[in-house]
Amino acid sequence: MSERASKNTKTAAIMAGVAVGMVGMSFAAVPLYRAFCQVTGFGGTTQRAENATGEVLERQVTVRFDANTAQDIPWRFKPEQPTQKLHIGETGLAFFSAENLSSKPVSGRAAFNVTPAKAGVYFKKIECFCFTEQTLAPGEKVDMPVTYFIDPKIAKDINLDDVETITLAYTFFPSD
Amino acid sequence: MAKGHAEHADHAHGHGHEHDHTPPFFVRWFWSTNHKDIGTLYLIFAIFAGLFGGALSGLMRAELAEPGVTVLTMFVDKSLAGQAQLDAARNFFNVLITYHGLIMIFFLVMPALIGGFGNWFVPIMIGAPDMAFPRMNNISFWLYVAAGGLATLSLFAAGAPGQHGFAGGWVLYPPLSSLTGHPGPAMDLLILSLHLAGASSILGAINFITTIFNMRAPGMTLHKMPLFVWSVLVTAFLLVLSLPVLAGGITMLLTDRNFGTSFFNPEGGGDPILFQHLFWFFGHPEVYILILPAFGVISHIVATFSKKPIFGYLGMAYAMVAIGFVGFIVWAHHMYTVGLSLNMKAYFVAATMVIAVPTGIKIFSWIATMWGGSIEFKTPMLWAIGFIFLFTVGGVTGVVLANAGIDHYLHDTYYVVAHFHYTMSLGAVWGIFAAWYYWFPKMFGKMYREWLGNLHFFLMFIGVNLVFFPQHFLGLQGMPRRYIDYPEAFAYWNYISSIGYVIMLVGLVSFAVCMFDAFFIYRRKAPANPWGEGATTLEWTLPSPPPFHQFNELPRFDKGDAKAFH
Repeated sequence: MSERASKNTKTAAIMAGVAVGMVGMSFAAVPLYRAFCQVTGFGGTTQRAENATGEVLERQVTVRFDANTAQDIPWRFKPEQPTQKLHIGETGLAFFSAENLSSKPVSGRAAFNVTPAKAGVYFKKIECFCFTEQTLAPGEKVDMPVTYFIDPKIAKDINLDDVETITLAYTFFPSD
Repeated sequence: MAKGHAEHADHAHGHGHEHDHTPPFFVRWFWSTNHKDIGTLYLIFAIFAGLFGGALSGLMRAELAEPGVTVLTMFVDKSLAGQAQLDAARNFFNVLITYHGLIMIFFLVMPALIGGFGNWFVPIMIGAPDMAFPRMNNISFWLYVAAGGLATLSLFAAGAPGQHGFAGGWVLYPPLSSLTGHPGPAMDLLILSLHLAGASSILGAINFITTIFNMRAPGMTLHKMPLFVWSVLVTAFLLVLSLPVLAGGITMLLTDRNFGTSFFNPEGGGDPILFQHLFWFFGHPEVYILILPAFGVISHIVATFSKKPIFGYLGMAYAMVAIGFVGFIVWAHHMYTVGLSLNMKAYFVAATMVIAVPTGIKIFSWIATMWGGSIEFKTPMLWAIGFIFLFTVGGVTGVVLANAGIDHYLHDTYYVVAHFHYTMSLGAVWGIFAAWYYWFPKMFGKMYREWLGNLHFFLMFIGVNLVFFPQHFLGLQGMPRRYIDYPEAFAYWNYISSIGYVIMLVGLVSFAVCMFDAFFIYRRKAPANPWGEGATTLEWTLPSPPPFHQFNELPRFDKGDAKAFH
């Protein structure tokens, strides 16, 4: 190979490496994005906590509950209470009812987030039916609990000073 | 087109280029490894794709000329009744907007500016005999043809339940593009089409980078390179860095659709917003991929017809590098409404506005080049000045849209449609026509009639402004994009916009007449340099058209000739 040709091959190989590297980066973005959302609450990803911090503030927030089902899951799923008003830091307990309308046992898993999305990082769940897969026998109806609190750190974030209402939304998807 | 060019090549062959042996027709055009022939093939491909994509927009403007669904019902299955027929027409409208966008971006602007003019003139301008990898160049072109074929097939394949084609917009967002929205194979075909087009462009980009880095004539340093070559170099880097991310994103979409993964399916823990991030990490550099080569062309034309070297050469070159770099860190300004935090929006607003600085450097340098020059208003110069004006209008509305607060109101309205058509349709396409009229004598060895070129310019200029300027008003009034119908209140400006389309169409007919006339009636042979002293780059030192193989003896810039070639 002439000197020019080998130089060309080298340049082309480097650039091909860059292109392949960028494909790799795009796939690496998937776990990085997930980790980013979990850590920062980006896109309304809620957080998990063992228990409330104990600190309760004067400020109150209204939590609204929204329940949805995917097209292909034969469940009726709705919140037992439309809203709850509670102090920041106070532990809330809300119930959702789910009923299997079909004649077969059906397993489902709930996807969740909160709106406004910026409140995600301060919305802490202690216990939730969404942590695990739920299975309902034919015609079975159950009440599903969620225990949560709003992190008192919300008071220190000026971007959330306007937040008086937080909507917690669930969507049940069939898990098989 | 192809026939005219082939005839012409024989003609040149007969006129004293005995050493200039061209291969027989099939070998020359189907197995071509010659950069000029491949450039011509790309241009022919782009012309057909452009006519097709333009016809799609004609159907859209016909439908939108007045309120009510009146036109597209004629194109759907006649056996459908009432609501079903209306739904089919609505789906067809959204298929039109989707394929119009994809075809114009991937199959008109990219092949014309990069594949066409890039292949034709980058090797000549740097004094190289051909591209670094001529056979890879051939693969690039034919992959494009295959990609075009798959995209056309997907138009007729099943898409949304009971409908044909993919109707989810060129941005391909899930869940519209996942099984939920389009269970049929139309989307899969489209993904494969984009894979091929992407592979083709990446190979092409690697070829350009290698050619420009390694094959410049002795003495032509990077800082003596013509600005068009600079623009293609920056574009090639953007392609290599951004297209693989699109390829990754649509591959995830493909596996979500066919192999049960859940990158973007919330039921499996995925997030559809992630697709938007991946898409726009590609999509924003992509708009600079479309416009940078046009910037390069305009610099040459403005300098040539002002008979002055370009003002601020280094500033012009590095402004393009800066635009390319900043283009990678502003993507989320397409996503202000997905729920980004205030701080992120603040960052993306500021970063986006920064792009106005290098863009301003370019606009003002073009004006400074014209300032005090002996300007000749030949056809290419008209297109170049038109480009500067129209691109500036699009740039200004871009600065408006960069503000997250305003964008919440204008997002997905016709204001956005007007903005990106001023930069792309009236910007990049103006660059293509400017380049076409500038290099037509060089590529085909024939002159065109000035007044026909002028007529084409003025008709198109009036037409497209009439199409798109009223769309700013519609957007400010809140008319959303991607709908087949609209309330009575938007009727007036929509009607004006559709009239503009007709004028633009007459302009395109005058283009066809101008070209037919140049090839078959006028038949005036072009000199090596038809533009006079202002045209200083290397292509004007070769005969028109250039010989099949040029620069058997490399031009040298290292023998005390300090003249800059830009």
